[in-house]
Amino acid sequence: MDKTVTTKILIPSGALGLGYDRDALMRGISLEPDLIAIDGGSTDSGPHYLGTGTSKYSRSSIKSEWRELMQARAMANVPLVIGTAGTCGADDAVDWLLDITKEIATETDQKVTVAVLKSGQPTDRVINALDQGRITPLEPVIDINHSVLQSCTNIVALAGAEQIQAALNTGADIVIAGRATDTATIAALPLARGCHAGGTWHGAKIGECGALATTNPSSGTIMITFDADGFTVEPMGQNARATPYTVSAHMLYENSNPLQLYEPGGHLDVRGATYTALDDRRVRVTGSAWVPSDTYTVKLEGARCGGYQCVSLALIREARYVENIETWTEAVEQNCRQKAQERIEGDFTLELRIIGLNATLGTQDMNAQIGTEVGVLGIVTAPSEMVAKEVAKTLNPYLLHMPLTNDEEMPTFAFPFSPNEMNRGEIYEFCLNHVMELDDPMQAFSLTIEQVRA
Amino acid sequence: MTKLADITHKIRSKNSGPFWITIDIFCTDAAEFERALIAADSGRVAHALGISVSDLKRYDLPDVRVVKFSFPRPIVQGTRFDRDMHGASFANLIAELDVTP
Repeated sequence: MDKTVTTKILIPSGALGLGYDRDALMRGISLEPDLIAIDGGSTDSGPHYLGTGTSKYSRSSIKSEWRELMQARAMANVPLVIGTAGTCGADDAVDWLLDITKEIATETDQKVTVAVLKSGQPTDRVINALDQGRITPLEPVIDINHSVLQSCTNIVALAGAEQIQAALNTGADIVIAGRATDTATIAALPLARGCHAGGTWHGAKIGECGALATTNPSSGTIMITFDADGFTVEPMGQNARATPYTVSAHMLYENSNPLQLYEPGGHLDVRGATYTALDDRRVRVTGSAWVPSDTYTVKLEGARCGGYQCVSLALIREARYVENIETWTEAVEQNCRQKAQERIEGDFTLELRIIGLNATLGTQDMNAQIGTEVGVLGIVTAPSEMVAKEVAKTLNPYLLHMPLTNDEEMPTFAFPFSPNEMNRGEIYEFCLNHVMELDDPMQAFSLTIEQVRA
Repeated sequence: MTKLADITHKIRSKNSGPFWITIDIFCTDAAEFERALIAADSGRVAHALGISVSDLKRYDLPDVRVVKFSFPRPIVQGTRFDRDMHGASFANLIAELDVTP
């Protein structure tokens, strides 16, 4: 083993805002890591965050955890790197975290150099790339054109190891990166030092969710030690253990293909990987391969407005209505749609979901069974907020009072709120599943340095 | 009736990005894995998910005793008709598959 390249990366948790075991973090710091890396987001919570350029987690939670990590960084005196800052990694979300960083620096009397790596893509750049044939769709193929690109409120490119390395090369104490692959912040330094490429990407994937690849996921903190032949996984939580099983099974997590992982510049292939228990809590992995690609591509993500939404919820407890809920719901939907089409100008969709029957899986649920009560969730989506609200208000009296048959007393159902309509505002949709070819990794990214002091 | 969940250890599903769902069927030992390979028939799994079998990617992974399925989301994550932002409930359709011999 070439000791000179050995690189220890400490990962406090799967994402900033998720929490971690403080003792585990401190144990990691005491083992003198070369870098602390943490993920700041993903697409997993839906398109709203990229659409609006905002964070899923509360500012207070982010500030509280980021403060602790900044203090841990100062103790260890090594770089602290966050990728996909502010959940979505859009430029606004990066600025948001930079702002929090400045506040913390002032409050804790720290002087730090921050490298700010932005992943936001100007529409023109992506349109030009599309026209030049430098954008390729991934499976499943989604058609795009100029108009789709122009309608995006945010487009980001996922930075890889090269862009994070550029940020580290500035000598910054902290790197705040916009959208990046989950693995890039972990892989950048080991790759720059000449650690085994296949082992580095594989170890980065195992580490990117923190202690999820161990027997005690909630302990959060994990150390991955990279070297010339592979990597070693060591959980920092006292009761957490990494086993060949927990480590190898982690390649399944959120990966549609458990054997290969695509990154800018190539892909990881783990089919040759060997997992060996060093003791009852550490695992060593060798044999993973990195396969470089002919062209350098970065994945794109984009979100655009998918209409405006207004929702309404009625609770039905009366047995006869519960028993006949599908008939009733269909009638409500039909009557409301007809009246709204007569009275309101503008397109809309109206959908009623029966909570307590099959709201989760719809008609695909073959084992749906009803209980003593159901909720009926009305969802109206329209091209304008006004139309969505008008249709939802048209739904209101049907949800409240519609009888099952014409010859019975008018029923009244439970509404939990007044007004019962809840305006959800703009909804967003992901509209890019593509990669963009670059001549130079930094071509689509911007890097600036901020001196932050108390 | 025997459900797939009755003869396997754990079944989970999750998004793999906004456009894919992935389902992992974990087995306790090799014998369970051998049974799951047959019980989790691709045609039946596709039918339960309401998708075409040609859209279903299958990975049989004896080393970790997992049968894994990945498929494009029938409804893209977060669009107006999506019911499950994180794709967590698709696992239930597979867990409840009738695999009575």
